Amino acid sequence: MAIEIKMPALSPTMEEGTLAKWLVKEGDSVKSGDILAEIETDKATMEFEAIDEGTIGSISVAEGTDNVKVGTVIATILEDGESASDAKPTEARAGDAANAAPKETPSDDKAPPVPEGASPAKAESGTQQLVASAEKVGKADPAIPEGTEMVKTTVREALRDAMAEEMREDDRVFVMGEEVAQYQGAYKVTQGLLEEFGERRVIDTPITEYGFAGIGAGAAMGGLRPIVEFMTFNFALQAIDHIINSAAKTNYMSGGQMRCPIVFRGPNGAASRVGAQHSHNFAAWYASVPGLIVIAPYDAADAKGLLKAAIRTEDPVVFLENELMYGRSFDVPKLDDHVLPIGKARIMREGKDVTIVSYSIGVGISLEAAETLAAEGIDAEVIDLRTLRPLDTETVLKSLAKTNRMIVVEENWATCSIASEIVSVVMEHGFDDLDAPVLRVANEDVPMPYAANLEKLMLVNAAKVVEAAKKVTYKN
Amino acid sequence: MAKTPPPVRAIAEPPITNRERPAEPKPYEPSKDELLEMYRQMLLIRRFEEKAGQLYGLGLIGGFCHLYIGQEAVAVGLQSALDGETDSVITGYRDHGHMLAYGIDPKVIMAELTGRGSGISKGKGGSMHMFSTEHKFYGGHGIVGAQVSLGTGLAFKHKYSNDGGICMAYFGDGAANQGQVYESFNMAELWKLPIIFVIENNQYAMGTSVNRASAEDQLYRRGESFRIPGIQVDGMDVLACRGAAEEAIAWVRAGKGPVILEMKTYRYRGHSMSDPAKYRTRDEVQAVRDKSDPIDHVKKLLDAQGVTEADLKTLEQDIRKIVNEAADFAEQTPEPDAADLYTDVLVESY
Repeated sequence: MAIEIKMPALSPTMEEGTLAKWLVKEGDSVKSGDILAEIETDKATMEFEAIDEGTIGSISVAEGTDNVKVGTVIATILEDGESASDAKPTEARAGDAANAAPKETPSDDKAPPVPEGASPAKAESGTQQLVASAEKVGKADPAIPEGTEMVKTTVREALRDAMAEEMREDDRVFVMGEEVAQYQGAYKVTQGLLEEFGERRVIDTPITEYGFAGIGAGAAMGGLRPIVEFMTFNFALQAIDHIINSAAKTNYMSGGQMRCPIVFRGPNGAASRVGAQHSHNFAAWYASVPGLIVIAPYDAADAKGLLKAAIRTEDPVVFLENELMYGRSFDVPKLDDHVLPIGKARIMREGKDVTIVSYSIGVGISLEAAETLAAEGIDAEVIDLRTLRPLDTETVLKSLAKTNRMIVVEENWATCSIASEIVSVVMEHGFDDLDAPVLRVANEDVPMPYAANLEKLMLVNAAKVVEAAKKVTYKN
Repeated sequence: MAKTPPPVRAIAEPPITNRERPAEPKPYEPSKDELLEMYRQMLLIRRFEEKAGQLYGLGLIGGFCHLYIGQEAVAVGLQSALDGETDSVITGYRDHGHMLAYGIDPKVIMAELTGRGSGISKGKGGSMHMFSTEHKFYGGHGIVGAQVSLGTGLAFKHKYSNDGGICMAYFGDGAANQGQVYESFNMAELWKLPIIFVIENNQYAMGTSVNRASAEDQLYRRGESFRIPGIQVDGMDVLACRGAAEEAIAWVRAGKGPVILEMKTYRYRGHSMSDPAKYRTRDEVQAVRDKSDPIDHVKKLLDAQGVTEADLKTLEQDIRKIVNEAADFAEQTPEPDAADLYTDVLVESY
């Protein structure tokens, strides 16, 4: 039986890629360690090695093919004594999504029997659900003039464009962080910046978060406009002293004399299957600190417009991105200078029965839940907070006055969360508008597990949102 | 039969190649007027700090209050070598002396200590958090060691903007053990940033003596593994301080990267006003006061230059007057308006 070579997943979030180049042809003999092909992901071009020995029987996906799903059979290797006719790929074809999942057929007869339902053919994780929901699009932002031309842009590109535009306008703006320059960004957010702006303004740092966060803050105090990238906000814990004690408090402590206009940015929250230490949402930590601005955009247009605003403001900003969102494409207005106001929430969907408040990737599942609810006759309004400090309580309370019911959706723990804060705001200022208790729909109260099934159980999802919405509308 | 392993060859290269180092500093040779000015500044700091200690005792100053008494030669000697137009300074919470050495009005410093609206930080900062961007004095930081990274950032700014300035970042022997200090050393040397790291080694990190806390207690060597040269300086001798500053500044301005100056000094008072200083003997403190006092030292030099006792008395009276006026101002000027509670949290409105 020929060995099937399948399109590999080369990063935690990769679902498809481009088969850029074959380095072997049919009939070539290969051994483990030989480079078979070059595969482009949305982040990088990677070499794909053989792990089996034999002869290349057939190549079923030609080089240059885009959007090859992970798990698609791309070639076969014949073992000794096999002929080419054994090599006809029997199942998956390139780009055939239905067949994309690798079939884990145990080759060994003695493999232990698998209990029914315990092991899905393809591990489906909670983050995959989040990503799937994150394709949902909100209604047009009224801040964008009607008739503006829109360009499909990934969140990743939108963030990069925001930085590039601001760097072109203001020489004081520079980017520093780990792998931001030569490597083009650990998540490719700074791709191309080194080429355009040079190493004076795009600066690779050693792996020393505490040190370079302090250097950034000091440079901001001295009059520059640093953008400090954390590879993820999990690592910013090493630097949180400078974010809180140096950046957030300086203006106040100096009686308004010394400012710290800096942006700390990077991915925050759950990524895919990376376990407890790399999956933490720190939004509520930073949002609790006066002196900071905290922004967490959902789609690409907001990512761009808000990052530009963050770079321009005189105040220190914590700008929370989401790795799972980087590769998602959305319409971004083709405007010379798309800058959005800080501190203004956005109504992503209008409705009259229940308000769903969320931010960042939670907006996607909220929008998905709203569609499900609509089919069941519940008309949900979805609010994207966009800025977490200062909170746009006015938009939240206004919506509550209309719907009289609210749930808050957050990819975070519920305890001491942004959701908790919204609940408090509503208790203090919207009590008379409430027809039901406000519910928090959040992750389970445990560290992020690694196993796909547990990750799925741990994370918030659209079904939980639907359930909560029914509960507060008394329709379950 | 087992094969004989190949012989292990010694590596011929020496472990550390010879590197250029700053020249050995020489004591500064001041004019009579310069020496008199140094004396005046040190005495102003001494009298100011004594008054601050007194006001603390009266309950007019609250919280933490870290006095600079004994260490005056460091700030005065080093500061006198800087270019006030271009160079920046940053320090920790023992910051009153540095501000006075920078010529900042004693009144607004004392009023900040008493928490008044006309204090330099509008009464919102206090003893540990004072700034004067006008004088390029960037604080006044309460987290031990934070000013080292922040100062490295200021140096980064000087280089980025090519403004010709350098940064002088002061920190203590206690801060010298913080991790971020070494992260900053690494980047400062890697990027050849114009910064002088000044370790004010006053022998005690709060109550812990240097040799109880530091595996390498010769702190000027702490930059060796980052290729940052270090110089140990008698921090009780203002002319030695100034001389070392001259060498360090020449090195840094030439684009050769950072320098570490370890200033061996001593604080006479406790770590803060609330420190009973049980970790050292009264005799130890008295011995330093008798033998190495930085102000007495300059007094002798002035005497040798023919400055009379009467001249110094007049100077002393002038300083006492300045300090008393600062104290009166700090007592009488009102507390901040209640409305100021909510100002300066953010710069912009959203």
